[in-house]
Amino acid sequence: MPEIIIPVSVRQKIRDFSLQSLMYLAVLLVSAVFVWLLADLVQGGMAHLSWAFLTESPRDAGRAGGIASILVSTLLILLIALIAAVPLAWATAVLLAEFVPIDSRFGRIVRFSLYVLAGVPSIVFGLFGNAFFSIYLGLGFSILSGGLTLACMLLPILTSTAEAGMRAVPDAYRLSAAALGMTRTAALIHLIFPAATPALAAGLLIGIGRALAETAALLFTSGYVDRMPGSLLDSGRALALHIFDLSMNVPGGDMPAYAAALVLVSLLLGINSLAMMFAHGLQRRRILT
Amino acid sequence: MNGNHDAFTLGPLETGPACCVPHPLIQVRNLSLQYDGKTALDTITLDIYQGCITALIGPSGCGKTSFLSTINRLTDLIPRCNVTGQILIGGQDIHHPNCDVQTLRRRIGMVFQKPVPFPLSIRRNLSLPLNEHGVTRKDEVAAIIEQVLYDVGLWDEVHDRLDASALSLSGGQQQRLCIARALALNPEILLMDEPCSALDPMASGVVEDLICRLQGRYTIVIVTHNLAQARRIANYAAFFWVRERAGQLVEFGRSQQIFESPRHELTAAYVNGSRG
Repeated sequence: MPEIIIPVSVRQKIRDFSLQSLMYLAVLLVSAVFVWLLADLVQGGMAHLSWAFLTESPRDAGRAGGIASILVSTLLILLIALIAAVPLAWATAVLLAEFVPIDSRFGRIVRFSLYVLAGVPSIVFGLFGNAFFSIYLGLGFSILSGGLTLACMLLPILTSTAEAGMRAVPDAYRLSAAALGMTRTAALIHLIFPAATPALAAGLLIGIGRALAETAALLFTSGYVDRMPGSLLDSGRALALHIFDLSMNVPGGDMPAYAAALVLVSLLLGINSLAMMFAHGLQRRRILT
Repeated sequence: MNGNHDAFTLGPLETGPACCVPHPLIQVRNLSLQYDGKTALDTITLDIYQGCITALIGPSGCGKTSFLSTINRLTDLIPRCNVTGQILIGGQDIHHPNCDVQTLRRRIGMVFQKPVPFPLSIRRNLSLPLNEHGVTRKDEVAAIIEQVLYDVGLWDEVHDRLDASALSLSGGQQQRLCIARALALNPEILLMDEPCSALDPMASGVVEDLICRLQGRYTIVIVTHNLAQARRIANYAAFFWVRERAGQLVEFGRSQQIFESPRHELTAAYVNGSRG
């Protein structure tokens, strides 16, 4: 029986086509998951969502009223986490990327610790935060101790993204700047930081996402009091924790839980687009590509 | 060949004083350099004359670029790089603890193989190093920018778009901008590491003409793989060769002598194209 010979070009075309189809399928699946999730949230939460829901404090364990106090607590926790984590993380990143040789023992130890830290489950951070910030430092169940615990969680992601961003800036800039008699600090401020802005912004966004989504670590540190916080030393319930509580512990809390989840996701999208726009604008102003 | 090319006849574009009385501006004495304990440059002793163009020639890996970066102490930035020996510039030891490296590098401009415009506007590329060295008066900065852009022949091409990105310039324009950036700091010495090799022949020719024009006003040390170019532009030539992975200076002399009557057989073989 004569063998059917498929010409190479046809075979390659088939291979190309199947590979491309697979890729499109993957993209479709990924987008479908996102769209499905969003659609589910909108369908479930839209009815319950209103201006009152955003501006009233929760009543009857969250079955009635809104999430105003929860939103305030969430944003305060996020703010504290960022204020504490960002300077530390970026300073570490500058040290690792600019001043320590990539293969040095010191750099390896710091990087390894950060990897380990990144892999620690959030419940463990919660226990640590409870033991250290709440009990040892005496901050109790408070927004401050929750924020600081989150800051510890954010350190690895903020540091590694910033370090990678700065390392991606071509060495030629550093050499040229040095050859022009510019100090390292000047090169850092005028060339390296601006060029690394997209990476810094991306790290910040991932960090904010993590912080907003965090539940377990906050359970033991900022607590779950749903009143409007009077100070940073008050306990405050984060949005993610509120959703968890409503859907798990409060019978009849499904509708507000849906609405709160919708708010959380919108908040995330909103902050993301704002930060993107800000970073883009900053880079356009400082650096022309 | 090239009989009318006398190393000491400056081209028609020359602006500075003639280069007739060799006065050593850079004196290199027993300079050695190790990367990670491995010798890359082996006891180089060499004088570089003021106002002249000195070409460093030789095969790849013979330490020409390393030699160049010892002069402005850019080697300080390389981890585990060890420099021994002496470099005197105008009689002053550049490794002396009193020598401020920022000031030293201001006196010594450097141009790299690939043009490295900063991702900033054309104007900012030139004003940033000036600002860093304390030149902040706006009119002064603007005057220097105009002057150096004029010197490198870019003024007519870019004066109406100084705020455009430097990355929007062509390769040759970018390299001339980098030369202008180095000139803006008013250096005495220019180090050039194959400044034409990443450019197309037209742009390369423009940059080469520019280098000739800078002769006399600046002391230029240029690394080049292009022997014809070295022959055209250099007053002096230093021929490096690599022995047991360490770069050595084989022969130094007037460029005419190096190219037409080399004393060393390796030099002869290299300039004739039979070795390297």
